[in-house]
Amino acid sequence: MSHDVALPGSAAPTDEDFAVSSARAAVRRRKLTVTGVRLLLVAVWLGSWELSATYLIDPFYYSKPSAIGGKLVDWFTRTTAFGSIWTQISYTLQEAVAGFVLGGVAGVLLGIVLGRSRFVADVLAPFIKAANAIPRIVLASLFVIWFGLGMSSKIATAFILVFFAVFFNAFQGAREVDRGLVNNARILGAGRAQILWTIVVPSATSWILASLHSAFGFAIIGAVVGEYSGADKGLGLLINNAQGTFDSAGIYAGMIIITLIALVAEWLLTLLERRLLRWRPAVSGSHDVQI
Amino acid sequence: MTSETVPVIELVGATKRFRSASGGVHTAVRDLDLTVAAGEFVAVVGPTGCGKSTTLSLVSGLEPPSHGRVAVNGREVTGIPEGVGYMFQADAVLPWRSVLDNVALGPRYRGATSSEARDRARDWVGRVGLGGFEDYYPHQLSGGMRKRVALAQTLVNEPRILLMDEPFSALDVQTRGLMQAELLRLWSGTGAAVVFVTHDLEEALVLADRVAVMTAGPATVKQVFDVRLPRPRDAEEIRLTSGFLDVYREVWESLREEVQITRERMSGRVA
Repeated sequence: MSHDVALPGSAAPTDEDFAVSSARAAVRRRKLTVTGVRLLLVAVWLGSWELSATYLIDPFYYSKPSAIGGKLVDWFTRTTAFGSIWTQISYTLQEAVAGFVLGGVAGVLLGIVLGRSRFVADVLAPFIKAANAIPRIVLASLFVIWFGLGMSSKIATAFILVFFAVFFNAFQGAREVDRGLVNNARILGAGRAQILWTIVVPSATSWILASLHSAFGFAIIGAVVGEYSGADKGLGLLINNAQGTFDSAGIYAGMIIITLIALVAEWLLTLLERRLLRWRPAVSGSHDVQI
Repeated sequence: MTSETVPVIELVGATKRFRSASGGVHTAVRDLDLTVAAGEFVAVVGPTGCGKSTTLSLVSGLEPPSHGRVAVNGREVTGIPEGVGYMFQADAVLPWRSVLDNVALGPRYRGATSSEARDRARDWVGRVGLGGFEDYYPHQLSGGMRKRVALAQTLVNEPRILLMDEPFSALDVQTRGLMQAELLRLWSGTGAAVVFVTHDLEEALVLADRVAVMTAGPATVKQVFDVRLPRPRDAEEIRLTSGFLDVYREVWESLREEVQITRERMSGRVA
């Protein structure tokens, strides 16, 4: 392609400039349209639910958006059956975060250690497989017996769910380390510990981070299910209580709060991931569109 | 000093067998004899997949020989010997480290302080012609530039023995020629011994003082040729001289049979 050399800063708009500005405008228009259609979808969905629950189906079973909204307002402005909503949220969050951190650390450590030692990995392989096949959520009941109704039984449930998710990825990540990189480091003079820190851990990091995304979800599930099985505070208790009193709006309201928490956590993890994986080539999500 | 009399690399009757996944035994190298003197540039040429790389991993101490003797500086190789640098065929730079930090790895591993290692790395990044790219990550560089990083990473340790395993084979022809010239420039005056493995005879002759032709696998040294071309050499121009063509013809005569054998084996496998 040949185009005239434009002096830097020259104001004369060229064909090129025009193409760029019209492409930008097209992108902006498209973004607006997508957002608009999304909002419309939500409005249609909530509206039809509201209408059908008012005229067609029994809101006692299915509840309706206005009732759920009312419930949320009620919880946040006044109180729940078990005290302030913030207490419930903070309880569940503390359990989830504690389980997440402990399970994550244990999973990463054990995964990398086992992944680096072929012999230990070979010996333990069937046991790990069996442990992974256990329906771990059932352990929540056991943990209530072991640790009582307090926080520790929920932390244990969250821990066990997170641990396995992270462990398998760390294990895989540590095994898939490029042999060439390890050999190169050995020739350059690295000892075992240096290889672990400068080669194995960084190359397993992208595997581990991928697992952390789903792991925080698991931590919340662990905490909530733990509260289901017996608790004196927490969002799980709130939902369980709503179930006991046939309060379907309460169940939905609890669900919405948990969803929001999970979304915020997901966002924080994405920030962390971007920071740690700066070195990776940007995965281009943009496609060239023909004009 | 005994460095005049003792060859820096000595392989005597070296044999390397690998267990294959199916439980069989694969002999990569058999009864290999090769000596390299201090400061000498030796190229090892042979058909693709004949076991040339295995020879290097024996010298580097990454793999122990199944039989025979491998010695570096007169001492039997048991671990990775002191003063050995190894440039691999595939990129071995760390993708999560910047150019500067990649080059600083060697000094860091060997106990230099962070600032000391970075100073030495900066010097070498400049010497391989990457000044200004210190903070780039490998994925932001071209294939040739990544090879320069790998070269700096190896040379920053100032190896007395430099092992190179088809380091430029993945590059396009022009970049390869450029990198050969760079290698000659960086090597001249270091007094390091080089063993350069390649399947490209032209590359071998451009670079080396001696060329060892390997047999089709299992590899052993078939014949060793002296390359009596003057130094310093211009990597691009020397290929056009008549002296170069004479040596090329002579060595190719020997190499051709081995290449032929490999081809027949390959086609037998395909059929």
